[in-house]
Amino acid sequence: MFGYYFQLGMRSLRRNPVLTALMVIAIGFGVAASMITYSVFRAVSGDPIPEKSAVLFTPQVDSWGPQQNIHGEPPYALNYVDALALLRAHQAKRQTLLYAVWLSAQPTGEQSLPRGADGYAVTADFFPMFDVPFLYGSGWSAAEDDGRAADVVLSEEFNQRQFGGADSVGREVVLGGRAYRVVGVTRHWNPRPRFFAASGSTSGFKDPTDFYIPFSRAVDLKLDTAGNNSCRGNPSFNGYDGWLQSNCVWVTPWVELDNAADVARYRRFLEGYAADQQRAGRFAWAPNVRLRDVMQWLDYRQMVPPESKIALVVALGFFVICMVNTIGLLLAKFMRRAGEIGVRRALGAPRKQIYAQYLVEAASVGAAGGLLGLMLTALGISGVGILFRPQIARLAHLDLSLVGLCLVLAVLATLVAAFYPAWRAAQVQPAWQLKSH
Amino acid sequence: MQIKPVLTALRRHKAGTVLVVLQIALTLAIVCNAMFILHARLSHLSEPTGVDEANLFVIANQWAGEQKSKQEIDAQVRADLIALQQLPGVLDAAPSNSYPLRGSGWDNFVGLKPDQLQPTSDAAVYLGDEHLLRALGVKLVAGRNFRADEIGTLGLREEVHPAQVIVTRALAERLYPHGSALGKPLYSMSATPSTIIGIVDRLQTQSVDDWQRAYAYQSMIWPLRLDWPSGLYYIVRARPGQLAAAMREAPKALLALDSQRIIDPSDGGSFAQIRQRAYDSDRGTAILMGIISAVLLVITAAGIVGLTSFWVGQRRKQIGVRRALGARQRDILSYFLTENLLISLGGVLLGVVLAVSMNVWLVVRMGAQPMSPLYLAAGVLLLLLLGQGAVLAPAMKASRVPPVEATRSV
Repeated sequence: MFGYYFQLGMRSLRRNPVLTALMVIAIGFGVAASMITYSVFRAVSGDPIPEKSAVLFTPQVDSWGPQQNIHGEPPYALNYVDALALLRAHQAKRQTLLYAVWLSAQPTGEQSLPRGADGYAVTADFFPMFDVPFLYGSGWSAAEDDGRAADVVLSEEFNQRQFGGADSVGREVVLGGRAYRVVGVTRHWNPRPRFFAASGSTSGFKDPTDFYIPFSRAVDLKLDTAGNNSCRGNPSFNGYDGWLQSNCVWVTPWVELDNAADVARYRRFLEGYAADQQRAGRFAWAPNVRLRDVMQWLDYRQMVPPESKIALVVALGFFVICMVNTIGLLLAKFMRRAGEIGVRRALGAPRKQIYAQYLVEAASVGAAGGLLGLMLTALGISGVGILFRPQIARLAHLDLSLVGLCLVLAVLATLVAAFYPAWRAAQVQPAWQLKSH
Repeated sequence: MQIKPVLTALRRHKAGTVLVVLQIALTLAIVCNAMFILHARLSHLSEPTGVDEANLFVIANQWAGEQKSKQEIDAQVRADLIALQQLPGVLDAAPSNSYPLRGSGWDNFVGLKPDQLQPTSDAAVYLGDEHLLRALGVKLVAGRNFRADEIGTLGLREEVHPAQVIVTRALAERLYPHGSALGKPLYSMSATPSTIIGIVDRLQTQSVDDWQRAYAYQSMIWPLRLDWPSGLYYIVRARPGQLAAAMREAPKALLALDSQRIIDPSDGGSFAQIRQRAYDSDRGTAILMGIISAVLLVITAAGIVGLTSFWVGQRRKQIGVRRALGARQRDILSYFLTENLLISLGGVLLGVVLAVSMNVWLVVRMGAQPMSPLYLAAGVLLLLLLGQGAVLAPAMKASRVPPVEATRSV
């Protein structure tokens, strides 16, 4: 029966090629617009670290006070004094401090000019906390943090550039004119958005990091932050050491807390810390702290580029209109054949069969629309660089799940759209239609 | 035109009528908002920066090797500048910490009193020497430029607050809305004042992101050479027509002086490249909104053509009867045009409500701007015209139905 209805459907579709083409094109465009914008949205709004996003938290402490903080919210990062105090208190299972650094890398092999390298100054827990995968070696130990060791962990990409991809553990790399000993090489690792350090809408989608060095070492060498630095009041320091003691925030802390009890305990600790500062006279205001997990943090910092959200919303609206359009056209198409339906019904076809016949016909329109949509999606994704910033555009790609989603969405949406027209078709009164013949 | 018979007929086509109304309403909502977003983005694209964009380029110079002392860096910067200024294709060159449209950078609160807790405004901070104004090609409209002896130096994380400052007209007017700002003080996160010695016509800020929009064109220039260990930017203005040559020669000249530096190819560049990078997402969003609106209007028009053709086909007999009873072709034509107008009016009424709700949602959730009612008016007019245009062909066809049709069965 299905095959026969399919044939009938094909014949009917051929009878009004313009109307059919109109429907297929509307569905195709609607699906494609949704899929292209969805592929971008999916890439930028996903959970960057799904296994651990619920147990990783970034503590915030209001060190600026109600007059100067961010509309009642604490600053986005910590100043050096507070950051170090939280690290030393050691109240979480794991904790790290980090900031972005930029260093020049000495040329090796056939390279002739130095190149810039982007990295992070982090503490030992960074690697196990964020499940950083290693190709060779490992991270460093807490003892090496304390010893301000000249250790470095390279990324796979940077190791490829500097050492041709060889196991470089134990070798030396010169960064910013100083030698570091390679202790580990990570596998390709670039969570997007870069939840642990990003500060704006595109900074979360950068190329993989080149290296990681111990936080204590970086501060010893007076390495400046390559990320954000924000101060309040009338800063009066003069030089790096004064900056470390100032209210300028530039250090990002992360802690790992396994369960709700630990989270509650850590929150109490943060409040206690802020209360202590108030008692000591450092803060002239009541404790104002936050403890957000990865997804809450991404949401709060609006790390999903707003243009990708707006594009998705508009594309979905577009798709809805295409489907409303399809309902109208299917209705016109089915009701044109009221006479034919009347004959079938008079010859004994139950309503269910009429229903089935027209739904099969609609599904084939949907499938054709889906195929067209797929082609347009592939075309659109290859040209998505025109629509989004390059850092974001290159994240969009056509994979099996998107292909499946595209076809399923087209067929399902068309079937939903066809319910009412098919129901109307099934309601045709045979006597009425036959009378006028 | 008799509206009552049209309404009576529409009541018999409830489903089709509702669908067209819905489609027009949704189209109006999307197209209005898309056009509003598109126009806002396009107007960003054409915003001037105030600098001589045609001849300007920026070298992102980073220091390589072991961290140098402030004195060593300063000597190198001065040598670099002399070398750049002596290049035949170069009109002038200056050191700075940033450049307009860079994407992010240094901004400071500014106020009118030394201990002001709530700042008067925010402003982009540009460092530079006495060559910066000429290198950027910004126009001094009041006061004077820095003198060479006023230029200080800024080492790593030093807080230096210069005695003199040059501000943009936008910042001057924000600080001193009544009367000239020239010679008056400003306090930029410091207890010591900086005196405004010059006002430039226009100099865009480093970021044009939405959060910075409130501070557009509010910039100030401090007489300081940046001697940070990481590096600095050289703002270079080529002589007219010699931009390409100057861009080729400048890095060579710098590397010949000292090869322990990195010229970052992904930062700086010609101002055309800088502008392109800064407005990437604006341009992309504008294109996307344009495509969606255009396709949407075509699909909606096609949908109206399809459905009206179907109605015409269904009513051939009635049309024949009307014609036989003396209706002229014009009457039939105007019947379908009126029918469409009524449906479209229903659609745009609902559409206006939807468009405003969508805009409110975008404002609340995405921080968009409230839409001007002009877009609604234009959208309503556009969709009414589109409806009439789309219905014209099927209506003409209907008007040509011969009266003899009345005598035929089916």
